[in-house]
Amino acid sequence: MPVARTLLASLAIVAAGAAAIAFATDGLRAFTSETARRIDIREHPRPVPATLALETATGSHIDFGDLRGRWLLVDFIYTRCLTYCTVQGGEFAQLQRKLAEPLRRDQLQLLSISFDPAHDTPARLADYQRRFGDAGAGWIAARPSDPETRDSLLRVFGVTAVADGLGGFVHNAAIEVVDPQGRLVTVLDYDDAQAAADYVRGKLPR
Amino acid sequence: MNGAEKRRLVSALVIVVLASLPPVRRALQSSMTAQMLIDIPLLGACGWLLAMAVPDGLGRALARWDSGGISGLLLASFTGLLWMLPRALDAAVEVPWVALAKLASVPLLIGLPLGLSWPRMGFVVRGVFLAELVATCFRLGWLYLISPVRLCSNFLLDDQQRLGEWLLVIGAAIFLYLAGKLLWGSFGGRGRGEAPQGP
Repeated sequence: MPVARTLLASLAIVAAGAAAIAFATDGLRAFTSETARRIDIREHPRPVPATLALETATGSHIDFGDLRGRWLLVDFIYTRCLTYCTVQGGEFAQLQRKLAEPLRRDQLQLLSISFDPAHDTPARLADYQRRFGDAGAGWIAARPSDPETRDSLLRVFGVTAVADGLGGFVHNAAIEVVDPQGRLVTVLDYDDAQAAADYVRGKLPR
Repeated sequence: MNGAEKRRLVSALVIVVLASLPPVRRALQSSMTAQMLIDIPLLGACGWLLAMAVPDGLGRALARWDSGGISGLLLASFTGLLWMLPRALDAAVEVPWVALAKLASVPLLIGLPLGLSWPRMGFVVRGVFLAELVATCFRLGWLYLISPVRLCSNFLLDDQQRLGEWLLVIGAAIFLYLAGKLLWGSFGGRGRGEAPQGP
């Protein structure tokens, strides 16, 4: 009975196909890799290695271990950027004003990391912060201390930066949240400072 | 296996091996457009070649599970659906095992079953398949063209929009070809449009 056998084979194929698609889309929730990254981080917070070292805009050297014990809002930038990052810089300056209180009490730290360390020297990072109206406290701009650290940072934070063919980069910009234990716990929209501020306020003790 | 079948088998294998060489892989996956319009169709065509190299005996055995070509069509459709996910295109660039899975699954689970099942499909099944193919080109093309955000982290927005334009053009070309064939041509010239059934 070819028809019965075909029905049987088809049912098996439909079942296997539906399972494969459910697996490949995290249960029909993530069709793009950006959504998948956010779901994965929310459901499986990623420890950020304490040894990852940064050089800040003031020229000092810190690592993620030094930043433990407070919430971190992290974004990835490059200072030559004329598109996303101009929004990103403005949003961080806004967060600095909105969250002045927890920043002052050292419950929170804003951190902009350049993925273009060859170009973004401390002086250029400082200039970037000035350009967007850095109020002077609670916001660190930094670059990875070496190329391996850059690659590790991009991997842990799930950042993909692609050369745009015009000398710049296109990247999946976002505001990434690290908890006081040093775990990356969620990824928020890069252009929504209000959502990031609300998220952090909800987490801080009142 | 006769001479022609052997030649098809060998050429399909040679193309897949060439396509899997790292520099070729990088080139074929360097843009969304290349990946969807060259890489995947090329690998699918290799599978179709393989189907034409399947010995008659094996083909007849498979036909018993594939009345009207339905099983093969379903297998190819589900696999095709997987490789239409934007995150699958990203993963093929980022994750080596996904790139390997593509090299294996597009020929073996899309091209091969389609090639085997196409002759078994009747007029209606072929029509549904082709209409769905045209609709998919239009749907994806439209989505890629109007989406203000990049759907793939590894590819640029203008690449996504160019792919969208190409998909609309390809969908329209298939549609016009089929419409022309419906109006002026014939679909195999079999009585009442029925494909011959396997023994």
